Formats: sequence, C-alpha cells, structure tokens
Amino acid sequence: MGEMSGSSTDVDFIQLLTPEGTLVSSDEYQNTCTDEQIAGFYRDMTLTRRIDTEATALQRQGELGLWASCLGQEAAQIGSGRALGGQDHVFPTYREHGVAWTLGIDPVDLLRLFRGVDLGGWDPDQTRFNLYTIVIGAQTLHATGYAMGLERDGLVGTGDPDRDAAVIGYLGDGATSQGDVSEAFVFAASYNAPVVFICQNNQWAISEPIERQSRIPLYRRSAGFGFPGVRVDGNDVLAMYAVTQQALERARSGSGPSFIEAYTYRMGAHTTSDDPTKYRLGDEVEHWRLKDPIARVKAYLVRNGAVTEDYFTEIDAEADDLAADLRKRCLELPEPRLVDAFDHVYAEQTPYLEEQKANYAAYLDTFTDDDQEDQLPVQGGVR
Amino acid sequence: MSRLTIAKALNAGLRRALEADPKVVLAGEDIGKLGGVFRVTEGLQKDFGEARVIDSPLAESGIVGTAVGMALRGYRPVCEMQFDGFTMPAFDQIVNQVAKMRNRSAGRLKMPVVIRIPYGGGIGAVEHHSESPEAYFCHTPGLKVVSPSNAHDAYWMIQQAVASDDPVIFFEPKRRYHERGEVDEHTEPQPLHTSSVVRPGSDVTVLAYGPMVKVCLDAATAAEDEGRSLEVIDLRTLSPLDMTMITESAQKTGRVIIVHEAAVSGGLGGEIAARIGEHCFYSLEAPVLRVGGFDIPYPASRLEEEYLPDLDRVLDGVDRSLAF
Ligand SMILES: Cc1ncc(C[n+]2csc(CCOP(=O)(O)OP(=O)(O)O)c2C)c(N)n1
Repeated sequence: MGEMSGSSTDVDFIQLLTPEGTLVSSDEYQNTCTDEQIAGFYRDMTLTRRIDTEATALQRQGELGLWASCLGQEAAQIGSGRALGGQDHVFPTYREHGVAWTLGIDPVDLLRLFRGVDLGGWDPDQTRFNLYTIVIGAQTLHATGYAMGLERDGLVGTGDPDRDAAVIGYLGDGATSQGDVSEAFVFAASYNAPVVFICQNNQWAISEPIERQSRIPLYRRSAGFGFPGVRVDGNDVLAMYAVTQQALERARSGSGPSFIEAYTYRMGAHTTSDDPTKYRLGDEVEHWRLKDPIARVKAYLVRNGAVTEDYFTEIDAEADDLAADLRKRCLELPEPRLVDAFDHVYAEQTPYLEEQKANYAAYLDTFTDDDQEDQLPVQGGVR
Repeated sequence: MSRLTIAKALNAGLRRALEADPKVVLAGEDIGKLGGVFRVTEGLQKDFGEARVIDSPLAESGIVGTAVGMALRGYRPVCEMQFDGFTMPAFDQIVNQVAKMRNRSAGRLKMPVVIRIPYGGGIGAVEHHSESPEAYFCHTPGLKVVSPSNAHDAYWMIQQAVASDDPVIFFEPKRRYHERGEVDEHTEPQPLHTSSVVRPGSDVTVLAYGPMVKVCLDAATAAEDEGRSLEVIDLRTLSPLDMTMITESAQKTGRVIIVHEAAVSGGLGGEIAARIGEHCFYSLEAPVLRVGGFDIPYPASRLEEEYLPDLDRVLDGVDRSLAF
C-alpha cells in the first residue's frame, strides 16, 4: 500500500506533541502556546468528550433519536476551533461538537436536531457557526461561496486584524468522494477564496475504509486543484492549532485556500445507529486508543508541572456538572408544534399555505382534549 | 411460501436476481460487509463477491453515472441510494441521462438500471432521511417508478424491475422494512405495472402506495365499524399508472381519496385526480380528494407523527368525500 493508499501512515504528518506527551518541533511549525493555553485545551477537550458521552447516553435512553459522536476527534476540533479569529466563520458537518464548543454554542442547542425538536438550534450569524449539514459535502461549497463573499466585501488582505476574515469548511474523508467537494476545490482555487478546508480523516465513512475513497493520501488532493495541502496528526491539539492558525492567516491575508488533513480516528460507532463490529477490527481501535488526544495533553501537563493535581479534579467536577445540566435541559426542551412549522417555509407567506394551516388547526379542534394522545417518545434511529 | 419481512424479501429477491443473471451487479454505499444500513443486501457480497456487490465510494452521482456506463456495456446495475434525500446528488444523472438514453438513441440503447430508494418517514430520523421524492421521477418521461407495500410484492417486484429493460426507480417503504408477510415464491407474479385491490369495498375508493397502504387498510377496518365500506387499492406502480384499475373502482364507488406522505402540491395525487376527472367525470359523486403531507419541508422528528397522514386524517378525508 504505502504511498498508494489514503490511509498510509508512512507519510509524515505535522506533530508537535507526541502520544507520550513530549513536545517536538518541525521545520515549519513550532508550538507557540503557553502552558496556560495548553491547560485550556485540556479543559476544552475533556468537556467536549463529556458532552459527547452524555449525548450518547441520552440516545441510549431514548431521549435522542440519534447522536453522531466525535469521540477521539477532540484534538482536531478543539485545535482548529481555538485557532479561529473573531471574524472567522465555520461551516461544519454534523459532528463538529468540539468546534461548536469553542464558539460558545450552548451544548443543549446541539441536541435539538438529534432530539428532533427542530432542525438546528442556534443562530449562524450570531455564532459564526453554520447549521449542521447532513448531506455529505454540501457545506464545502457554502463555505467557499461565503469566503468569496468576504473577499468581495473587502474583508480580506486589508492588513487590519480587526477586519480580515476567513472561513473554515469541515468535511470527512468520505466526503472527498463527492462531486460537490471537487467543485468547492475548483471554485476556491479559481477565485483564490479565503477558505481553509479541514478534513478529519477518521479512516471510516460508516463501513467503508478510506481506501474506498482514495488511493493517495488525502492531503495531496489539493495540489491537483492548485492550492497547498498538509497532513497533521489530528490527535495532536498543538499541531492542529498551529497549522490551522497559519492556514487561516494565509487566507485572511489574501493568499487563498488551503487544505488540512487531520489524520485521526473515529473511536466510537459512526452514529448511535451503526454497529462497527460488522466491519472493523478491535485491534485497530486498541491501536488508536494509545494515541488518545486528551491523555497526551494530560501527560504533558503533569510531566512539566504546568498545573497541580487539583486542576484535573476541578475539571472532572466541572464535567460532571456540565453533564447533569445538559441532561436536565435536554429533557426540558419544549415540544414543538406542527402549526408553527407553516410559518417558516417562506419569507412571504402564501395564501394556500395559510389556508392549509387554518384547515389543519380547525381539524385539530375537532378532537376533544382527552382524545389527544401523549407525545410519543423518539423512536428508532438512523444514520 | 415463507413469512418474511420486507427487508428480507428484498434480500431474497436480489439474491435470485443475482443468481439468475451474471450481468446483474449491485452498487451502493455500505452495501457490502455491512449489508446496507437497513441490511437489505446482507450476506450478498459474501456469496457473490466484491465484483458483483460493490461498495461504492461516497458519491451518488458517481454511483448512478457509472451504472449508466455499465448498462451500456450490457450489465444490469442495481443502485442503492442510502436514503431518499441523498438521491438528489444523483438527480442529474437520473433525469438527464438514465431517463433519456433510449430516446436519444432512437431506441438503439437500453438502460436496464434499477435505482433503489428507501423512502418516507416515521422512523424518528434527522433531516433528509424521511422524504418522499417520487413525484420528481414520475414527472420524468423515460423512467418507470414503482413501490411495493408488502413482502410478497417486494420479493417479486425487485426481480421484475431488474429484468426490465427500462430504468426503474424502486421506492422501498423504509418504515415497513421490518413488517412480515407471506411470500409465495412459486406462483407466477402479477405484472409489474399493475395495481391491486387489497380490500374490496363499495362506498369510497382509497388509493395508496408504499408506506400508506397499511394506514389505509387500518382506516378501512375502522370505517367498517361506522358502517362505511372502503375499497383500498395498492397502486404498486406510480409511473405508468394502472388507470384501468383506478377508473373501474372510481366508477364503481363514485368517490376517490388519494393518500400519500409527499406534500400534496405538485404531488402524484394531483395527477391521479386529474386523470380520474378526465375519465370518470359523470360517475363521480364528489371531487377526488387528496390526503397528504403539508406543503412544508419534512419537519423535525418529534412532529412527524403529526405531519404524516394517519388513520384519522384518512377518515376525515372519507367524511369530507361523503359530505358532498
Ligand atoms: C450525500 C449523502 N450520501 C449519503 C449519506 C449517508 N451518510 C451519512 S454519513 C456517511 C459517511 C460519511 O463519512 P465521512 O465523510 O468520512 O464523515 P464521518 O461521518 O466519518 O465524519 C454517509 C454515507 C449522506 N448523509 N449524504
């Protein structure tokens, strides 16, 4: 396989923190983070993992219809998310819970889609985090178009750090096969758009290994479209931070798009509806467990005496509180009403839809109160 | 005779199609080792190999576009779209290429491609996993569109679709995948593009297909308690429509209701209503009515039980029809 395979580990990647927790440096990239920042990454990743495991538990208890876990991908998400500047925008997939965390999205809002109370619970303009996209790859074109808009609006290459902006478009390894993604690459290159594509290569697209999508390492794809690509140890939060920061800076300054392949692994199932024992070997999971993104940061912090033991205890306590709060507020999410759904189809309501709504409301009125069934629990699940 | 779920019946039908003709190939995302996300292709790759049961890259336009090329080489591809909403990236290939190849070549080329689409709601899914896009395909000349509602039809119709030299869009009612029914593997099946009366009646004709057939049969049972006799027809074929059976029943009862999950505006119900109007105007006691999805995007899953036509909404349609 070697260089021929999209999953090849023979290819170097950028790494700044080893799985054992020691700092290393590369020619191009150095760690610039203070110990305080690194301790902050530890907190971000630990809390993200807690949100993720709590959501998985909520799904198992029937409170969510589905959950797409980001277990094992915390470094790729926190490292890149923390590199975002105050004017940058994000176009996520459906799995970027860690990135959402870095932008201050209330975690309970992430649950709304998965609980089925609405189709996306935050304001993308205010949070600079677009709504989750289920159709694979579609968001890479949106990210590119948004970046083209920033450029037109004179928000790129001004040299003013309070003005210049860029976009990150996230995607999975499977998504690289979609036509939309190739088209996004063409547009981004052709218009020199200020967009950074971050591909979390977690090795699997549901049951299909990366070899089914690519015979070359993914980071080399972008060269064919005319912009740089780099492979990063996706389980290394420091490397992800440094490389993303540089790519965003490049985009903001007007030097165009770039592609980052975060080489990582999906520790859990694809989603709560998936059963990876049908296609994946246990050994592989064990191999990756040793590269855990959180453990290595902890090892670094301990080894260098950057924080006291209390720091970890405090964060564990914070995670417990966060999980309890998340659970409580998930159960308290108000039930939606179908009559309200008629109001959000068009900016200008149509007469026929108004009529449908009125007829439906009248139909509902024909039922007496004790006819009304209790809300059914969320049932089943899907990918 | 066997008692099978719809998923297992499709699996058995596909197995027979693979055995019957070495040119049949299946392609789709996760259909190999995993057996598809609904397990419809379970075990087929193990038995027929990776060349005949192909795990495709994650690219729907690619899946259908390469099927076009394989069909031109004499293969009979059966493509799986993982969910209804993900058919859209392949829409261009389906409506611009698959549908038109025969016509473009003045009948010289054939397109024996089957596109399997699990469709409809009711499984508590997230966005794009519950849609009913059948009208888009019925609106496209050159495509044939069918949807079984039970295990026996699933078993036979998939084999008939694979054997057809025309492209067939094969809609599978995903929320019924696990419902069991008798499958008669030996008696000659009815032709693919025909409908069935699944419950005879005399007061009102109820036309349905796929996931809604069961709802309508339940409604007919409930209506009987109120002394009303509903005739339920399982359309089975959506394009071409079996107008012979539809008009016979409309003329007999004089009242017709069409039930589907898809939004009513521009939906298949409108086409059927127009055709009944053209053929049966003087036999009708009431306008042909539609019971369907509202004209809103498929809502969040907590609302789907309310969004989807249910027994009460069908009976309400019956009341409205009888009120004329
Ligand atoms: C266009 C489209 N086709 C199929 C699917 C069904 N599906 C959902 S996720 C997925 C695999 C995605 O893999 P990848 O892009 O690697 O992202 P990951 O989930 O591994 O992060 C598939 C096939 C979809 N959502 N959209």
